[in-house]
Amino acid sequence: MAQTIPKKTAGNNHFVEEWVGKVYTTLCVLFLVATIIAMVYFVASRGLSTFFKDHVNVFELLGGLKWSPEGSPPSFGAFPFIFGSFSTSLLAALLAAPLSICASIFMIEITPKFGRKFLQPVIELLAGIPSVVYGFIGLSVIVPLFRDIFPGQGLGVAAGALVLSIMILPTMTTVATDALASLPAGLKEGSYALGATRWQTIYRVVIPTTLPALMTGVVLGIARAFGEALAVQMVIGNAPFVPRSLFESASTLTSAITLSMGNTAAGSTHNNALWSLAMILMLMTFVFVFIVRWLEGRSKL
Amino acid sequence: MKKSLMLIMAMVLTFTLAACGQANNGGTTAGSATSSSSPSTEPSAEPSAEASGLTGSLLATGSSALQPLVDQASKMFMEKNSGVTIQVQGGGSGTGLTQVSEGQANIGNSDVYAEEKLDADKAKELVDHQVAVVAMAAVVNKAVKVDNLTKQQLVDIFTGKVTNWKDLGGDDAAIVIVNRPASSGTRATFEKYALGQKSEDLQGSIQEDSSGTVKKIIGETPGAIGYLALSYLDDSIKSVSYDGVAANVENVANGTYPVWAYEHMYTKGEPDAAAKAFLEYMMSDEIQNEKGLVVELGYIPTSQMQVVRDLDGNITKK
Repeated sequence: MAQTIPKKTAGNNHFVEEWVGKVYTTLCVLFLVATIIAMVYFVASRGLSTFFKDHVNVFELLGGLKWSPEGSPPSFGAFPFIFGSFSTSLLAALLAAPLSICASIFMIEITPKFGRKFLQPVIELLAGIPSVVYGFIGLSVIVPLFRDIFPGQGLGVAAGALVLSIMILPTMTTVATDALASLPAGLKEGSYALGATRWQTIYRVVIPTTLPALMTGVVLGIARAFGEALAVQMVIGNAPFVPRSLFESASTLTSAITLSMGNTAAGSTHNNALWSLAMILMLMTFVFVFIVRWLEGRSKL
Repeated sequence: MKKSLMLIMAMVLTFTLAACGQANNGGTTAGSATSSSSPSTEPSAEPSAEASGLTGSLLATGSSALQPLVDQASKMFMEKNSGVTIQVQGGGSGTGLTQVSEGQANIGNSDVYAEEKLDADKAKELVDHQVAVVAMAAVVNKAVKVDNLTKQQLVDIFTGKVTNWKDLGGDDAAIVIVNRPASSGTRATFEKYALGQKSEDLQGSIQEDSSGTVKKIIGETPGAIGYLALSYLDDSIKSVSYDGVAANVENVANGTYPVWAYEHMYTKGEPDAAAKAFLEYMMSDEIQNEKGLVVELGYIPTSQMQVVRDLDGNITKK
């Protein structure tokens, strides 16, 4: 260090600035990394003690159909929750993906001025609404509507998926809009030069080239739906069973955790089993992140 | 460069440790004589003793059913004793019992006896303060034409043996069960004193934890049945009698209506000065009389009860 300072006497001030900036950012990054490691360690240590300390069979937890942790004998079959989480979030993505991709095509390709100035802020506004509001709207509007139209009580996978699909719209739309906007103009101009119409350009050129990025948005939306707890818990019914129809009470990993975590004492088998569910959620988040990274790797224009 | 990295690591470590220490301190009462588990020796920045002489900070956490009562009582207590700060948090009975048992909170609020959630040796360390009684009623959708249910009928409903109201003297309509999660204190009370046995989760039944949501769903769903604390009853739903006894404060107090439980505030060992004063305030006439906070918020004062019940459920006249 002593050797480097004389060379930069003129820029000594800059050196201090540089050093402060470097230390501060490094500090933040280290703190972030430490937080992440601590969280993963905490969830894993609690979640794994279900298997090592309480001797619950891993396969029974993952594949078992009966969730009765306070029963005698207790049983910890979490498959209904895993099924509920996947069915609601995939169904939500199925509803939301066409809407959001079409919305972003409309905003970027068809009405750039109106779209970017008016439509995009409106859709992004959806992201700012608290999830309890979505849950309450679902409970007050969607559930009674479903109860009148379809057999059953209205609470169920369908209500959960519909609420979730509105919640993940902004995520998907924002990612898709950015992808479409960053498409090099030359590609489209080339298509038009060949005499293609706007619609032909959109579905032959624009969508195929941006597909990996569009899929990234869809996967991020699914990940958001997978982790959403409160709104789903209010409208899905929460019975720990694999539902026989879309309009029958079901449960997700998150709703199972939020319903019982506060009522169970830390260290009890029931509490540990809930942490195991949290660990499954965390592992699924890792999977989603890997899928997104993989899709990003493919989207080299 | 290595040196600076070491420096950063040291700083991060100190920061983290300081944060940990802080968290521990929050729960313990500064300025009182209780043994503090926190090793830090930082001077306590407490204001000078008030007229009452009480100083300290308390954390009460746990049962969301008890939270409104403790929350409002703590505000009234703090007005009188400005040297004491009380923080009231929810989180559920399990959280309250765990945190008070591990020393993270001074007071653990619970709907159930500590023995029902914690290991026996951990529960033994806790001192029980029963501050109120909460009673529960079976409630149905207003369109249901049944006004009374026997214990056996309730058992049949909640075990799935009876699935239509016409078998219970009502109209031909399917029964929709709105239950609580298996870990809920409200469900434990209802199972123990109304059903006399555990109830199974049934396929197609609905489970919600919040009483407000339960009330909303029962009010809107035809054929729905669930259970709520008396403080939640209003005319959007209908409460049914239990074995011919109406669910009201009078019948709970004289011992004829059995579906009730104590609300507990647990301390670890005997409470310190500030916690003791607060718990005494909770039991004082000001809070417990017929115009006090307990009645106002829909709980039943323990002093009004003509019967007492122990952990095993044995009822004796006072």
